[in-house]
Amino acid sequence: MSGSNFGSDELAQFRKTFFEECAELLVDLEERLGALHPYTQDVEGLNAIFRAVHSIKAGAGAFNYTGLVRFAHTFEALLDRLRDGKAELDERTLPCLISAGDVLAALVDTVREGKTADEAFGADVRDELESLMDGASGGASPVPAAKADAAPTGPQGYRIVFRPDSELFRHANEPLYLIRELKTLGTLEIACDTSRLPDLAGLKTDEAYLSWTMTLRTDKPRAAIAEVFEFVEDECELIIEPLADAVEATPEAVPQAVTIAPAAVAVPVAAPTVERAAPHPEGKAEQKASVASSIRVELARVDRLVNMVGELVITQAMLAQQFNENDVGQGGHKTLQGFEDLAVLTRELQECVMAIRMQPVKSIFARMPRLVREVSAKLGKTVHLEMSGEQTEVDKTVIEELADPLTHMIRNAVDHGIESTEERIAAGKSPDGTIHLSAQHVGSNILIHVEDDGAGIDRERLLRKAIERGIVSANAKPTGEEIDELIFSPGFSTAAAVTDVSGRGVGMDVVRRNIINLGGRVQVQSTLGKGTRFTLVIPLTLAVLDGMIVAVGEEKYILPLTSIVESIRPERGQIRALTGGYEVASIRGEFVRLVHLARVFGVPQAVGEPWNGLVVLVEQANGTKIGVVVDELIGQQQVVIKSLQDNFDPVAGISGATILGNGRVALIVDIEQLTRLADRPHPTPLPNTDAPSSLTDELANVA
Amino acid sequence: MAKRILTVDDSKTMRDMVSYTLKGAGFEVVEAEDGVRALTVLQSGKVDLIITDINMPNMDGVTLVKRVRSQPSHAATPILILTTESGEDKKAAGKAAGATGWIVKPFAPDKLLQVVNKVCPA
Amino acid sequence: MADPQDQQNPETTAGPSSPATRQFISFRVGDEEFAIDIMAVREIKGWTATTVLPNQQNYMLGVLNLRGTIVPIFDLRCRFGRGLTQATATHVVIIVSVDDRIVGLLVDAVSDILTVNAVDIRPVPDMEQTVDSAFLSGIIPVGESMVVLLSLENLFNQTPSAGLPAIAA
Repeated sequence: MSGSNFGSDELAQFRKTFFEECAELLVDLEERLGALHPYTQDVEGLNAIFRAVHSIKAGAGAFNYTGLVRFAHTFEALLDRLRDGKAELDERTLPCLISAGDVLAALVDTVREGKTADEAFGADVRDELESLMDGASGGASPVPAAKADAAPTGPQGYRIVFRPDSELFRHANEPLYLIRELKTLGTLEIACDTSRLPDLAGLKTDEAYLSWTMTLRTDKPRAAIAEVFEFVEDECELIIEPLADAVEATPEAVPQAVTIAPAAVAVPVAAPTVERAAPHPEGKAEQKASVASSIRVELARVDRLVNMVGELVITQAMLAQQFNENDVGQGGHKTLQGFEDLAVLTRELQECVMAIRMQPVKSIFARMPRLVREVSAKLGKTVHLEMSGEQTEVDKTVIEELADPLTHMIRNAVDHGIESTEERIAAGKSPDGTIHLSAQHVGSNILIHVEDDGAGIDRERLLRKAIERGIVSANAKPTGEEIDELIFSPGFSTAAAVTDVSGRGVGMDVVRRNIINLGGRVQVQSTLGKGTRFTLVIPLTLAVLDGMIVAVGEEKYILPLTSIVESIRPERGQIRALTGGYEVASIRGEFVRLVHLARVFGVPQAVGEPWNGLVVLVEQANGTKIGVVVDELIGQQQVVIKSLQDNFDPVAGISGATILGNGRVALIVDIEQLTRLADRPHPTPLPNTDAPSSLTDELANVA
Repeated sequence: MAKRILTVDDSKTMRDMVSYTLKGAGFEVVEAEDGVRALTVLQSGKVDLIITDINMPNMDGVTLVKRVRSQPSHAATPILILTTESGEDKKAAGKAAGATGWIVKPFAPDKLLQVVNKVCPA
Repeated sequence: MADPQDQQNPETTAGPSSPATRQFISFRVGDEEFAIDIMAVREIKGWTATTVLPNQQNYMLGVLNLRGTIVPIFDLRCRFGRGLTQATATHVVIIVSVDDRIVGLLVDAVSDILTVNAVDIRPVPDMEQTVDSAFLSGIIPVGESMVVLLSLENLFNQTPSAGLPAIAA
């Protein structure tokens, strides 16, 4: 059947589309299944689930994936009964539907990989689906085998009497086309009976006045003729008789016989194609139903749009700045107003364009209920997953990068966060664990919380292990928060046993790296015995950044606003130099390491002493605060992130670049790399690398 | 002028296959992914045939058929509904709503053309 | 943009190129004439101040905004080991595309467009060169003098950060 008549290129393309579609449908399916509750009638949900399964089945049929069709068919049949209220969604049915969703996904995977699923695969679930239908009226109709033609060969021909009802025209069937179709089966003689045709005045356009008596000479079986009239059998009088039996039948009026020529002869048929008045003036309001319609657009096109709008933003800023620099003469205020309007519009346009790339996080969240189910079942725990803020939107590229870390964190929470049922009972807690996954917008960031009500981090044990492994020196006296941070150390697992659930070697350090790569941060808060909360702060988009422009010497740099805690102009007494060239500032009793941007980046003519400049307190992803010494703050601005690496190599300490209003390039500082850069030996060999570099050293070193 | 066919299906795979087959036979094809969008297409111009799926979000195929039949401009436009083999009740529902005929999924391209030919020859 | 001192030689002026001929842009760095394939040249613009990238080789002058693209600029004189160019507005930046990257070359002045018969391009003689011979891909005789053909690929394949201590990325 099906696809075999398509060329292999087309088929490959259709198949690609099919699997893309399956992926979307399966995500939707999983989410909808997760939202079902026993003994409730979520008709809309069931309809959507039905449609998803149905679409997969239809596509699978087209590609001859019989195993997939068979399973989807049974699945769909039960869903059909459920939505019709012929079967009930009880505690037995719901898990079965969820398993069926899993089997369906696995079967899609199998065929996508070009394999054939084991016959037995999913058979238990299918049996279960079928058994659940037994109670309802009738089981699933089996997928019928192709109909065999009844009679192999017919007699020499047939006599056919065809008298359409007016209904036939109302369904937009056309007798002429059917007669033409008959003609392809053999030699056709037809006679048209016009006797019922009224005079013109009495002619109704939607009435049927004509009938035909035809003789078809053919060796085709009767079924072939019946098939021609398949659509109209209830809308006409139809007699199909083998010719032998028809010899002396209907002796009456056989008017002049005409043989239809291949080219359409204008047989005088009632004119069914004439437009008719609407018989059902039903309300049209319904068709205006509030539907958020959508189109598919290639991501590359959106990216181009984003880039161009970025250019527009820059050009607008440049124009405005140049205008401001010139004196505002008479009439200038109007122009100024125009620039302000332009700025607002440009900003709005940019937001609109960025919004195109935004997608709700639910596409990742939707995978989590299943994950929790599977992992907790494997571990013999009962864990409930509560989710909120699934509709929170974030850039598509961010979504893609978020899936892995989030999966890992949820898995960790079930595995390591939530205690065993016995431990929970012993601790006087509810035997069932709960994980709360939430998302919300905060400024230009998305905040994701993964919170469990498990045992919390055992700092004593964690520190002991860290010392055992040499991550922390034995005489270190880290604070509680610093100990918590240790779970992000490379290769560190707090679990006593490395279970197969969380896997080996992949720890929270990988999660943190992923999040940092997205320009985000991850933090942990934990209370022993009460639970642990991870907070992910991730920029909504990788294309723009809220930045603080700072001046260092002649250069301007941009610090990501999300990292900035505050900026202070320190007193001389707040700064203390330590051995090894370190400098710290005492800020409200807390000692913060200072990093001079001018020294790290080798910028000449910068302010040398922190008390003559500014200290911008920034927080690194691991929660460490450092003070970045700059000359002054210029201002806050949303900037479009440009890659340096398109045309050059990565530059240490710089995460990207942007173009300022004056057309100049400004570099975006990579906060995470600053301490490391400050620690490394000076770029050019100096006699004494331990000594704090002096301004002259810097100057000697500048290109 | 080539006859214009509107294919309505929420599955892009299906739309692609129908569309490819029909274009190959010289038809002009327009696509819509559900009933509501199909009506929008119809408002913007006449088509010679509508081929619609039944199970679709926003507006299903049977409702679409009823709506189309109620519009003067397309009351006499043939409509084929796409059903699966087990969909006898769907055929009946489609017919009752005013559909011209049906196509059983999955279909071979020549079968599709054969059916189309019966209600809207190229 | 042509250097006034340059003698317009009939066979070196721009003209329609036939399959056997190639076109080059010649430019001056110090007292020497160099040339690069015209196909690599995207645009020629006057010098403007760059944004300095931290901790780079001294011939890496920083980056420019070229209609929204960030383009690194290299001082050819310095690349040849003859000290930094004291760039002014009369200096010229040739924007070229090399290995899918867009980079700018700071030169003293652009001289001419040379249309050269492919057979006239001579290999670099095995002799003492003032410029690292890896950067050169041939010599074009122009009248009594010669123009040195640069190999842009080699100019940048010797990675700019080679001289720096390794910085973990």
